[in-house]
Parts: sequence; C-alpha cells; structure tokens
Amino acid sequence: MDNASRPRMLTLFLSVLKISAFTFGGGYVIVPLMRKRFSEELGWIEQDEMLDMIAIGQSAPGPIAVNTSILLGYRLMGIRGALVSVLGTAIPPLVVLTLISLIYEAFISNKIVATFMAAMRAGVAAVIADVVWTMAGNIAKKKKPAPIALMAAAFVAVYFFKAPIVLVLLACGLLGFLVSGVASRKEAAR
Amino acid sequence: MSLILTLYWAFFQVGLFAFGGGLAALPLIRDQVVETYHWLDMATFTDLVTIAEMTPGPIALNAATFVGTRVAGLPGSIVATIGCITPSLIIVLILARVYSAWKDKAAFQGVLGGLRPAAVALIASAGVSIAVLALFGEGERIAPDSVDWVALSCFAIALLVLRKWKLGPITVMLATGVVGTAIKLILEAV
Repeated sequence: MDNASRPRMLTLFLSVLKISAFTFGGGYVIVPLMRKRFSEELGWIEQDEMLDMIAIGQSAPGPIAVNTSILLGYRLMGIRGALVSVLGTAIPPLVVLTLISLIYEAFISNKIVATFMAAMRAGVAAVIADVVWTMAGNIAKKKKPAPIALMAAAFVAVYFFKAPIVLVLLACGLLGFLVSGVASRKEAAR
Repeated sequence: MSLILTLYWAFFQVGLFAFGGGLAALPLIRDQVVETYHWLDMATFTDLVTIAEMTPGPIALNAATFVGTRVAGLPGSIVATIGCITPSLIIVLILARVYSAWKDKAAFQGVLGGLRPAAVALIASAGVSIAVLALFGEGERIAPDSVDWVALSCFAIALLVLRKWKLGPITVMLATGVVGTAIKLILEAV
C-alpha cells in the first residue's frame, strides 16, 4: 500500500475517538467507518484483514464497535494498542450520555433534536450504502460463487426472516469450513 | 460499594451474553435493569432505548452510561461501562491471538471465508432498516405515496458525494442532518 504510514498511538486514539463521538446508529455504522479510516485513509491494515476483524468482532459477544476496536488496537500495537483503542471508543459515550441523562426529558421532547435525528438518518443510510457497495464489491470481485451466495442468503435470513444473528454467523462459519474442506480435497485429488 | 459492584456485575453479564451488537443487548439490559434490580421503570427504559439510539457511539455503551449515571452518578456510569467492556476485552484478546496464530491454517481460513460475507450482510441489513426508516418514516409502509421526498433527495445527494468526491462520512452524515432539518423547518414555516 503506497499511502501507508507508520501506526501511531495518538492517531489510533484520536481516530477511534472521533468515530465514536460523531457516528450515529451504533456498531453496524461505526465498524465500516473504522474500515474506511484505517484501511482506506491511513493504509495501516489490508482490506482483507480488516474484513476478518469485522467478522470476528461481530461473532464475539459484546458491543461490535468495542470488539472491533480491541482487535484493531491489538493488531497495530499489542495490548497497549487494544487498551488505547477501547478507551477512545468508550470515552465519547461516557461524556455525552452522562450529560444527556441529566436533561434527557428536555432532550427527548425537543422538536429540533427530533427533526435533526430523523433528517440525519438519510445521511447514515447513504454512508452504509456507500461502504456496503465497496465491501460487497470486494467480495463479488473475486468471482467465487460460494461467498456471494452466502452473503445473499445471510442478508435474506436476517433482514426478511429476522433470523437470530448468532445462528446466521454459526451457519456461515460452518458452511465456510465445509466448502473450503471440499475445495481442498478436490485440489488434493487432482 | 455493593451497589457499584452490582452495577458492574449486571453490565458484565450484558457484555458477555449480547451477540449481535447493541440492539441485541437491549433486551438483556431490560432484564437486568428493569426486571432484576428495578433501577428503572419501563417508561424510563423506553426513553433509554430512544436516547441510546439517538446519541453517537456504540448503543450498548450509551445504555450502560445512562443507567450507571441514574443509579450511582458519575462513578456508576464509569463502572457500568467498564463492566460492559470487560468480557469483550478478555474474549476478543484471546480471539486476536488465535487469529494471528491460525491466520494461515486452511480450516480457519474456511471459517473466516464464511464469516466475511455474513459480516457484510449484517451491515447491509442494518443499513436497509435505517434507509427504510429514513425514507418512509416510522410506519415503515413501503409504498410510492409514503416516500419522504426530502429524505430521498438528501440520501441520493449524500451517496453521490460519498462515491464521487470521497468526502469524510462523518461530515456527510452531519451535513445531511443540518440540511434536512433546515429544509423541513422552512417547508413547515411556508
């Protein structure tokens, strides 16, 4: 990667802090933004490895954004990196929610706030559409039928049939394991 | 002291058993906070869900901070957040080591090969839910006559800006919120 710079602790901290402080919509929006920042903008992590971290972060229990930030920090700078990264992710909610919980009745019933939140959803949807476009494109580009079929099936199961996410991840991990087993046996037979 | 410990333990369990991110954590938080310990009544919990989704950052951490502040002030919010993060730190750091040790093993690559498309599908599913909410409103009746044209235009322009000019996603989200709010307020005033 030509735009790669050397990973720095302060940049790691400030990047996750900014993403956590300004990203509305929770883990599914935060994690793609981490990919954009650390893979595309900073070039610290290969696209495929970042996608691995996102997949592992979703499969482990706990907040997805927290899990992914731990994986990211650990990969870049070991245990210290993991702690710095999780701190950067946790500080904004601590500050914002502590303040809001003091005035939350006024916050929740404020008409301008409600209008702003509703209006911003269109922007959040556009951001996710953009990252899904890129991420799904990367998977489709490899022209292997199994991952493309899994992606479509997992989407239908979760969005249309409201399947439990744990089951979908277990099934996909198992299917991936079986498909790769069949593929390597075919290769060995040749 | 015991209240602080109880708070830690309650959110430790939330972090340990929440698979699939913040929205999966909310029912677990309700169990702990409303049913088991009676820290919040159901009406306040409903407000909590709204606030956790309206504010930036991981939804589970937003909820933990809110409950912690209500129960035991600033120390409570810090303890609840740390409780929610502790299981992630333990489990994900183990997974990070497993990942770096087994990254090149065929069987592990097979499992990851299945999880990667699933991870993209989950992000896409969350994105479609947000898009439907943004473009058709709370009722979620998907029909041409219930389209919010302001939101649809904002979505299209935001996506175009993201794809063409590579503007930062956070800037785009906040700008969409500001522009959308301004248009709504002007339309109402006219």
